[in-house]
Amino acid sequence: MSRLARAVLLTLLVIWPFAAHAQKDSVTIGQTLEPPTLDPTTGAAQAIREVTYLNIYEGLLRIDRDGKLQPLLAESWTVSPDNLTYTFRLRRGVKFHDGSDFDAADVKFTFERAMAPDSTNAQKWIFAPIARIETPDRYTVVITLKEPTGNFLYGLAWGDAVIFAPETVAENRTKPIGTGPYRFERWVRGDRVELVRNDAYWARIPAISRATFRFISDPQAQVAAIRAGDVDALSNLAAQEAADQLKNDANLKVVVGNTEGETILAINNAKPPFNDVRVRRAIAHAIDRMAVIDGAVSGYGTPIGTHFSPNHPAYVDLTGTYPYDPARARALLAEAGHPNGFNATLRLPPPPYARRSGEIIAAQLAQVGIKVSIEPIEFAQWLDQVFRNKNYDLTIIAHTEPLDIGIYARDDYYFQYRNPAFNALMAKIGTTMDEAERNRLYGEAQRMLTTDAVNVFLFQLPKIGVWNVNLTGMWENWPLPANPIAELSWKR
Amino acid sequence: MKFPRAAAIMQRPALAAGATITLLLAMVALVSLVWTPYPYTDMNIAMRLQPPSARHWLGTDQFGRDILSMLMAGSRNSFAVGFVAVGIGLGIGVALGTTAAVRGGIVDDVVMRLADFTFAFPAVLSAIMITAWLGPGAVNAIIAIGIFNIPVFARLSRGSALQVLSRDFILAARAAGKGMARITVEHVLPNIAGILVVQATIQFALAILAEAGLAYLGLGTQPPNPSWGRMLNEAQTFMHRSPWLAIFPGAAIALAVLGFNLLGDGLRDLIDPKLRRARS
Repeated sequence: MSRLARAVLLTLLVIWPFAAHAQKDSVTIGQTLEPPTLDPTTGAAQAIREVTYLNIYEGLLRIDRDGKLQPLLAESWTVSPDNLTYTFRLRRGVKFHDGSDFDAADVKFTFERAMAPDSTNAQKWIFAPIARIETPDRYTVVITLKEPTGNFLYGLAWGDAVIFAPETVAENRTKPIGTGPYRFERWVRGDRVELVRNDAYWARIPAISRATFRFISDPQAQVAAIRAGDVDALSNLAAQEAADQLKNDANLKVVVGNTEGETILAINNAKPPFNDVRVRRAIAHAIDRMAVIDGAVSGYGTPIGTHFSPNHPAYVDLTGTYPYDPARARALLAEAGHPNGFNATLRLPPPPYARRSGEIIAAQLAQVGIKVSIEPIEFAQWLDQVFRNKNYDLTIIAHTEPLDIGIYARDDYYFQYRNPAFNALMAKIGTTMDEAERNRLYGEAQRMLTTDAVNVFLFQLPKIGVWNVNLTGMWENWPLPANPIAELSWKR
Repeated sequence: MKFPRAAAIMQRPALAAGATITLLLAMVALVSLVWTPYPYTDMNIAMRLQPPSARHWLGTDQFGRDILSMLMAGSRNSFAVGFVAVGIGLGIGVALGTTAAVRGGIVDDVVMRLADFTFAFPAVLSAIMITAWLGPGAVNAIIAIGIFNIPVFARLSRGSALQVLSRDFILAARAAGKGMARITVEHVLPNIAGILVVQATIQFALAILAEAGLAYLGLGTQPPNPSWGRMLNEAQTFMHRSPWLAIFPGAAIALAVLGFNLLGDGLRDLIDPKLRRARS
């Protein structure tokens, strides 16, 4: 090797680490659960949205980090005075990742697909009010509703209303194609999904060129990965107690934020003995909510008494309705004909908040005579057995969709709560355009769920984000689960 | 087999230590049936993550349960797994192994190839496969560990039985008109019992370790039944602030495995010379 070559090589070796450091423009985000597919219309799993929402896919509108509605693929819109006709003006020059143009036909296709009887969309309520969709020209969509719908625009901003191209929609489970700032590159099952920047993006080209989502379900492995720098951020720490230890690390920032995730002990309302409201109330009285919060999430959760987020102005604090009172619980059980309690199974999905809450709740229920056997199951099994087939007694899960009280109006939902009065109330809220009146009705709905003790409402899931101090732009709260990579950048 | 006298045991410190540890643990397991300092399922969230103190000798876990009580109850679980899993291995394995030795031919080939096949998978891996198939839980873990014990005993009993079968007194017994089944029970089994006991002791230690491993992975004993392996798993994220959560169950597992291994080694030393004498 010539002397010159050696000198060049040596120089390169010396400056290489600095050069690489200065140019860091990729990011690796760790999250607990792996998405079952990458198509958000195939199911309710939050993990799909955490990876794809605002990264791969975009909707007509979006929700920003403060929970506010923002225009996205729709530049602007007008609403007719009777609140029935919405006219969206679409953004021009938007292309899907496969190079095809985005236009009004894609919007029509996507919404009609979601409305179809065989649709697997987890949030069909968003599209249910739609009477017809017209496309007078390539960049205008006119949607006519059956009746005025207060939450219509809000629903269109969800990850379930993102726009697909008809040619590629079938492949979205494994090869997602959207209009977003990042293109899908590959999915190593059980490990990670890799995204690369879409250099043909219609808006500002983002700073981060590559993003990797790594799936780490083990809490200790998450801690090890962030400390070792294998991941630059953990969007939501699986084991809250680890926050204390990570706070001492000068390279990391720990941010305690909130989510819209109501953590509940879900009860199969159609299955005896849980079809008896006295039994459900007894369960509510038997559970010491604060003990669950301390033991399961190290005190980081906000207690809730109904299925509603304390962040919302319509929230009613009903945590005092069923105070912890084992004697009262036993009396209610005796009244319902179970003086000696009964046996039940508690199926627990993998997140530590669920497994730990489950152990505590099983011990608390044992105090009043309800002998609970715990069955830990994988998330795919949970979706199949509990969520789809309603084959369970009790389970614990956080419902992370914002403003999702409407799920109680679905008679075939896995709680199997059937109350025509509640359904009527929800329908009324849907058509109420006045915000104050709508909030009042939401309050009424919350009280109804608590009175019926449909589920045991435990706590609002915290979002404990941990990231490198030099990484800016991560969402501190989750108005809905999302990690928009385009908002991230590295400090110089 | 003649039982060694107490004095012979005391001359071997390893054996004495192994026997002492094993006996102590067995006593703890027995005592836990009637008494633990606190009920091991009692949660007291206000007292969570307490360091060792006069009230809680080994501290409390993330749910405020008493660690000492959980360890005591967990020893019961470890012993149960050890006994049943080794019992399965011993019962089925010895039956298969001696049959193979006595019958020979195709039976021998089939049994030994099956044993080879089972051996081809690492023990814990096959246990994970079996629990994945049967579902997690204490009983399934025991079955899984028992199954991988079978070939161990099958091979050992076949080898030892073949040695015994080649000896003159077997010929004498056959000449006296005894059937092979009777010879196996009356002559072969008593002569291989010693070596089987040694192997059983060592397998016992391995079974405890395997159960802890499965429980650690969430495939073994399910809550609220305590298990050393699961305690270790749950302690992980608390290691930083409450190291005792991991140290005590870890020490319990190490102690139990050490105790049974010392016992097994010591017994082998005690029995071996006799076997050598018998062979010559």
